[in-house]
Amino acid sequence: MSRIKRFNLPDLGEGLTEGEILAWLVKVGDTIELNQPIVEVETAKAAVEIPAKWAGQVQAIFHPEGTTVEVGTPIIAIDTDPGAGPVESSTADLPAPSAASLAAVEVAPAEGAVEPGLIGGPAPGGRTAVLVGYGPRTTTAKRRPRKGATPASVQTDLAPVVPVQAIPATAPAVAVSPAPAVNGDARVGGPVLAKPPVRKLAKDLGVDLRTLTGSGPLGSITREDVQRAASAPAAAEPLAVTATGPSAANFGADREQRVPVKGVRKLTAENMSRSAFTAPHVTEFLTVDVTRAMKALDRLRGRREWRDVRVSPLLLVAKAVLLAAKRHPMVNSTWAGDEIVVKEYVNLGIAAATERGLIVPNVKDAGRLTLRELADALTDLVRTAKAGKTSPADMSGGTLTITNVGVFGVDTGTPILPPGESAILAFGTVREQPWVHKGKVKPRLVTTLGLSFDHRIIDGELGSKFLRDVGDFLTDPEAALLAWT
Amino acid sequence: MAKGDPGASTRGRRAAPRSRKAVTGDPELVQLLTPAGERIDSVTGPDGTEYRVDFTDEEYRGLYRDLVIVRKLDAEATALQRQGELGLWASLLGQEAAQVGSGRALRAQDMAFPTYREHGVLYCRGIDPIMPLGLFRGVDQGGWDPNEFKFNMYTIVIGAQTLHATGYAMGVTMDGRTGGENGEAVIAYFGDGATSQGDVNESFVWASVFNAPLVFFCQNNQYAISEPLERQTRVPLYRRAAGFGFPGIRVDGNDVLATYAVTRHALDNARNGQGPTLIEAYTYRMGAHTTSDDPTRYRIASEVEAWQAKDPIARMKAFLERAKIADEGFFADVDEQARREAIDLRERVLAMPDPKPVTMFDHVYPNGSPLLDEQRAQFNKYFDSFEGSAH
Repeated sequence: MSRIKRFNLPDLGEGLTEGEILAWLVKVGDTIELNQPIVEVETAKAAVEIPAKWAGQVQAIFHPEGTTVEVGTPIIAIDTDPGAGPVESSTADLPAPSAASLAAVEVAPAEGAVEPGLIGGPAPGGRTAVLVGYGPRTTTAKRRPRKGATPASVQTDLAPVVPVQAIPATAPAVAVSPAPAVNGDARVGGPVLAKPPVRKLAKDLGVDLRTLTGSGPLGSITREDVQRAASAPAAAEPLAVTATGPSAANFGADREQRVPVKGVRKLTAENMSRSAFTAPHVTEFLTVDVTRAMKALDRLRGRREWRDVRVSPLLLVAKAVLLAAKRHPMVNSTWAGDEIVVKEYVNLGIAAATERGLIVPNVKDAGRLTLRELADALTDLVRTAKAGKTSPADMSGGTLTITNVGVFGVDTGTPILPPGESAILAFGTVREQPWVHKGKVKPRLVTTLGLSFDHRIIDGELGSKFLRDVGDFLTDPEAALLAWT
Repeated sequence: MAKGDPGASTRGRRAAPRSRKAVTGDPELVQLLTPAGERIDSVTGPDGTEYRVDFTDEEYRGLYRDLVIVRKLDAEATALQRQGELGLWASLLGQEAAQVGSGRALRAQDMAFPTYREHGVLYCRGIDPIMPLGLFRGVDQGGWDPNEFKFNMYTIVIGAQTLHATGYAMGVTMDGRTGGENGEAVIAYFGDGATSQGDVNESFVWASVFNAPLVFFCQNNQYAISEPLERQTRVPLYRRAAGFGFPGIRVDGNDVLATYAVTRHALDNARNGQGPTLIEAYTYRMGAHTTSDDPTRYRIASEVEAWQAKDPIARMKAFLERAKIADEGFFADVDEQARREAIDLRERVLAMPDPKPVTMFDHVYPNGSPLLDEQRAQFNKYFDSFEGSAH
């Protein structure tokens, strides 16, 4: 019986699948005691030291520090009887064992004195011999064959069996068979097969499992199946209300759709209700001639060093808001019950419509950025948002927000404050309109700004001054820059 | 282990005993053994009760032995979890004195309702320490007979056992089993986090109004998993009892002697029809909440070091040495016994058989159920359809 024992990474915290080797506390050749700390492993839950399961000498370490190891994978081999002379062939220079060889080792009676069926002993189905309770299997074989099945079916598609050299006698012909291919037809009409996390995912994404054909073992529906279905073209969405003739005057539930409130929709709803019914909103409007500013943008685009930069009207609006906020710091503040927190930094939020719904990522400390840096930051923010990769950190901590409703072709709006912020500017579409310019009515590029603010902090005077400053900048950015900076 | 009664004997004989009066309403705790191992002869509590213990040398040594063995077995269980042999373990490290002190204060007829961390009390009740390891290995539901050992099953739901204990204690009164030396008292264990639970507050109300023979034993280990005490309460926990109409007292939970004295007194009050008491055993969880927790994420090392200096075993050892109650040979003997018991525990855990799947139908109903019998039969049939099945 083998005296070399392999220790598999256990599930250190109720359902974890992997851990990262932070540091080895022993090295090959070290003599170790029972329960001596041998390795520090970090999981999703905690960084912990693992004590040695056996006393002896370290024969091999299978994974270097910094690697992430799946639960059930051997991480160290320990010679439990180093005084008994050399091992038949050294395991110290063995490569990390393959999955097939691991299966062979674990099914083998590696624990010596332990009886089959007991923990630490061989277990049917290629079960890991040393893990929690039943222990996860390391083989891909899903179950023992049903009685009456032809043995040949078990033996098909055998994976190569790699015996472990150090333990020559303990590698019986253990087969690692892939998940049996299952005829999907067999499941038609039967219950839908899907694991609970997949069911949860489907529920979250609004996918009806009954409409899917599973590609997993036994025809079960996999995570990928659900994701594929969820990302299918929206044409499949049954939201469009079918036009029906006047004769079909039916207003029942069959002509209503119930859309579950969740995810971004739920969060938006909560935030907007909270803000709308706690902060007393005031909204003011200002229509300005931005012809000059648009020309300035064109000139900016023409400069060589700005050649590759995305320059949009939003950039100028952002700059206008930042400069105006510097002149009126109270606008960039938070109502905190018995005090007002006025912030010296501006984390400039940009409301963005994405596939996931409305999100408001912000440019951190935007007031410190040069125009060029601001342009890059906005480009980056929009690209990240469109790719659906905006992180929670990007969305938290906003202090002042712009919502660019102009992109939808509307003039302006009365935006609702993001919770914790005191002002939000709506930026409408820029279009040619008749405008009195130098005493004559001329077609000019005009836009309307809408500013909502929290009247607990900002009175009409301050709000108006701030909005006026934003408007002044957009009317004549060069003069405003000269005057204010 | 038979112990002497608190307040029933002469002054302590050793280590320059001194007296001290606890200031009424002060969060100061009842302490009979300082962190340095100095014995305090007696302490007068806020209500005038004098707390003291007078143990024989053998009894002092017995308490020390309990503390060391309980800690060693707990450490072994933690190691077994790290080695993949237990699914989870809730360590009691640091709370040994609170558990041994209160556990040894129980009389044979007293009933205890534990949380999932009361391994020390379980040990004092004479239950095989392997029992909770089966539970945390997932091979059984606990395995001891609560009626035989007067120690209920571990309760995982936070605070739920206080309601069970209150109902049980009300039953004790209705059965007329209170009164006198042989009266039955009940003790409910819970932590500081549980005091925020509705269950615990409800049980305070019921126990108070029905004058239940119950001791609420709160081990305040300073953290509700990661939430520190200051974010759980604005007043010291023991003072909450006043609002419910029964006495509350804070004891040094790292002092096995004070914990014993205070618990024994409260239990005797309960068994004599004096109603409930809340004991706040002020202690510290030196380890993680469970093996799935990483305490370094929410508390600083210096705090742990400060509590290290108040270690319950170190102070008991210092006292035994100073008072010449025990010598090096004794300490070595205790360590060796603890080591042997730990190895024994390990070997028995490794030898625990996996439960047969069909046993999940056992113990659901005391007298069976037709529906369940049918399910069992179907399950057996299903299992038999596999080759090499033995269930």
